[in-house]
Amino acid sequence: MSAARDAAGRTWVGRAVDRPDGADKAAGRTLYIHDITRPGMLHGKVKFSADAHARIKRIDTSRAERLPGVRAVITAENTPQIRIGFLRDNVVLKGEKVRQFRDEIAAVAAVDAATAAAAVELIDVEYEPLPGVFSPDEALAEGAPLVHETAPDGTPLTTNAMSLTFGHESGDMEAGMRAAVHVAEGTYSTPLIQQSCMGTAGCIAEFDTAGNLRIVAKTQIPFLAQRDFTRILPALGLAGRTVRVIVPALGGGFGTGLDTHPYEYISILLAWRTGRPVKIVYDRAEEFACLSPRQSSVTRVTQGCDAAGRLTFRRIDVVQDNGAYAAWGATYPSVMLLPATSLYRVPAVSFKAQLVYTNNPYCQAMRGYGNPEVTWPIESTLDDLAQAAGVDPLEMRLRNCNEPGEVTPMDLRVTTCGLRECLEKTGESLGWSEKRGRGSAPPADGARAHLRRGVGLASLIHVGGGGKIYRSDGSGIILKADDFGSVNVSYGGVEMGQGLHAALSVAVADAVGVRPENVVVNQTDTATCPWDVGTHASRGAFMACNAALLAAEKLRARIFAAAEDVYAEEVARNVAKARRRDASCEPPPPDVVAGARAADFDLRDGRLFLRERPADELTSVEFGRLLRAIHFRDAGTVFAVDAFYEPPTELPDWERGMGNLSANYAYGTQGAEVEVDTETGEVRILRMAAAHDVGRVLHPTALKGQIYGALAQGIGYALYEEVRTERGRVVNAGFTDYKIPTACEMDFPIDLHFVETNDPSGPFGAKGVGEPGLVPTAPAIANAIHDAVGVRITDLPITPERVLAALRAKRGEA
Amino acid sequence: METREDAAVPLSFELNGETVAVRAAPAARLLDVLRGPCGRTGTKEGCGEGECGACSVLVDGRVVNACLYAALDVEGCRVTTIEGLHDGAGGPSALQRAFVTLGGTQCGFCTPGMIVAAEALLAANPDPAADDIRGALRGNLCRCTGYVQIVEAVRSAAAARRAGADAARAAAGAPS
Ligand code: FES
Ligand code: FES
Repeated sequence: MSAARDAAGRTWVGRAVDRPDGADKAAGRTLYIHDITRPGMLHGKVKFSADAHARIKRIDTSRAERLPGVRAVITAENTPQIRIGFLRDNVVLKGEKVRQFRDEIAAVAAVDAATAAAAVELIDVEYEPLPGVFSPDEALAEGAPLVHETAPDGTPLTTNAMSLTFGHESGDMEAGMRAAVHVAEGTYSTPLIQQSCMGTAGCIAEFDTAGNLRIVAKTQIPFLAQRDFTRILPALGLAGRTVRVIVPALGGGFGTGLDTHPYEYISILLAWRTGRPVKIVYDRAEEFACLSPRQSSVTRVTQGCDAAGRLTFRRIDVVQDNGAYAAWGATYPSVMLLPATSLYRVPAVSFKAQLVYTNNPYCQAMRGYGNPEVTWPIESTLDDLAQAAGVDPLEMRLRNCNEPGEVTPMDLRVTTCGLRECLEKTGESLGWSEKRGRGSAPPADGARAHLRRGVGLASLIHVGGGGKIYRSDGSGIILKADDFGSVNVSYGGVEMGQGLHAALSVAVADAVGVRPENVVVNQTDTATCPWDVGTHASRGAFMACNAALLAAEKLRARIFAAAEDVYAEEVARNVAKARRRDASCEPPPPDVVAGARAADFDLRDGRLFLRERPADELTSVEFGRLLRAIHFRDAGTVFAVDAFYEPPTELPDWERGMGNLSANYAYGTQGAEVEVDTETGEVRILRMAAAHDVGRVLHPTALKGQIYGALAQGIGYALYEEVRTERGRVVNAGFTDYKIPTACEMDFPIDLHFVETNDPSGPFGAKGVGEPGLVPTAPAIANAIHDAVGVRITDLPITPERVLAALRAKRGEA
Repeated sequence: METREDAAVPLSFELNGETVAVRAAPAARLLDVLRGPCGRTGTKEGCGEGECGACSVLVDGRVVNACLYAALDVEGCRVTTIEGLHDGAGGPSALQRAFVTLGGTQCGFCTPGMIVAAEALLAANPDPAADDIRGALRGNLCRCTGYVQIVEAVRSAAAARRAGADAARAAAGAPS
């Protein structure tokens, strides 16, 4: 599909138009869940467990109930049981046993937040402690205590290993191993980290008189949330009632909104119990300890190559600490399969993932969704392998580079692939050929002899055209043209800051033929927007703009057909007006006007004109005037069209790890130059380069923001971030002890380069870009550290202590 | 925390150029008074412990974390929140325009605090280097942008303000 172009041949797509939500955000006028109130609203607060694994012997809520201002106290005792989660293994209010510190035991609704907080403190819980398991090793040991004694259907369980199976075997592994002249292997770990949205989680639930639920929720999946919440209505005696999910402005998402959460059901239960709107908003400590972090993982990787540095096999075994319950994040291995099987060309691949229940906080999705966890070991050992083979690491990657048209071992059908150019550009901007391998030479200045510099790089593959992990990966859209020439867009995906609405407004502007300021994107609301699976897998802009293109084509066709009836009259008005100014003005040829048919019209920047006479003012009609002429006449009409875009993808067979889950694949390479202080172990980033195959730039400002922002998160993941737990309790639940990058850490130049491969599946050629920016950051930095000081760090984050320990070990010290 | 009416005492201060009179409990935080009785929700709570800067406001021109600032301490003071920063005619200020145009805002949750802190920087230093900007904003966390476009926006707004000030001086016929 091609876009409307202006007289100079330009499109709005690709231009740095101000994002539509920007002005209100900069003025402090945007409403987040924290800012919204409802008449008569109560404030809810959750009572969390004080033990990681224990039987609940008694819950005494009497003191809380007596506190003035308290309107309801709920527990498992006085509410219906509600099971949630990807495997339905999580009961919203725990009555018998707790399996993690953040387990929800009771909740209060009160007239204000302070009273609710005070009331929760008055709830007494008596526990009988049970032995717990706090790592996959402990959980899988013989005779380990069970986190879940039974499956949700009541079947007894005998192990903490989860029933989810993800695997992949392809090619001739034996032959691949025999053909390997060089082999590199290692065991790599990644920590629990917190998504750290600046706006914490929250919702407001309320019922109308008929029992229909309305919930304003900080979610990325309004329609799956609607399904989840609808499912519980029968338990409340409200079978057949409706659920409406409204999404406020999100203070960041990063994966936290991919599940429905216990606090949302608690808010619903409190609203049901009290008949009043109930708001629950997490404070920062709750967000850290009681939302759900990114999984920690341990990955064993072995890769081999022939004498020329061509990969012959790759084996990967991942163990993922899932925590106490399964969220969607338990399906990280579905995305781990991409780098495992398809990052570079590997003829034989084996991948296995084991997910384990423990008494740690249960984990959920975060940006990248398993991809960084596995790209980190793959790209780290690839450098080791290059060293063993005596091949330059960049050259090694180029020799194994993915190419357009390739079908990967997982059956991914690669349409376009800009990886080669990404690698080359990253090498160029790092000064690879001058700098690589020079790290060990001390800088000339003697006072800085303890500093070593190095460069490193790493690449990625990710889904770029949706990611089918649900039975539909589609998106609906409605475009409505109003009497004033504006187009309202109802789209069910979620703007969480990433710039979805920026991309969508330029795409709609081009696809329909109006100016971006005349595109109005409505608030996401399940009552007004058609179904969308959710804003994940970097799919938002790809899906929304593809759906918009389909709808715009229909809208234009309908408007052009209707225009046939009013066009001559509108041109006559133009002529009459022009004549009043200049009586000698020549009217257009009458047959051209009277004979104008739908196929003769075009619409650009809010102006309908004849394709043959694009610059002629007399034969063009302002869009709003045209719409009014069509509307306000006998048998008039208005325009609202819908479309549903389902990408040409398949739901993979996870046990075999086969299936083309995305319509295209995004590639990229990031490189780092670092300076390592051999006395303190500190790593300073001197510069970074990021080259990404984005298909086509839809909105340059938003796109850059996606990469810069993800890169900063990747740096946090690489160098500082870790949610620390002690026997399941989060001990650094705040920004005082959990450091994310500040402006001062981002003090180095970043070279961005966008490779435009114009993918045929992409709207205007674009691929998804939301997640790729943080996928290869950690291994790029780790490879640069190795280049600088010759040590291989295998655990994230790469703290000064870890670097020092590795340097000492290298020097043979204890 | 919300304030309890019974313990509240009268509090009067200048908020974005208007005199306001409210009641606040002795322990109330400035943040709660601004967001609650004053109805100015532009100032955000990101942490409540002085670590994120989302609650940055100006008290007599100085940046403070409203989540740590006792409400009663602004008695008689001049308080400026994001709602009070505009071009004088109700339109966006140079900083606000630059944040939008150059990508300094994504989810927008850090943005009010970030712009307030940048406003204080530019008042003190009309021509800050990138390092000055990063230093001045180090107490303002942003999880979305990676700060690159924020720093660009502040530099560009600083230049626009200097140009505006020069133009104003020239128009007034003052020596530059
Ligand atoms: S809310 Fe005040 S510093 Fe975070
Ligand atoms: S824009 Fe989202 S935290 Fe800064």
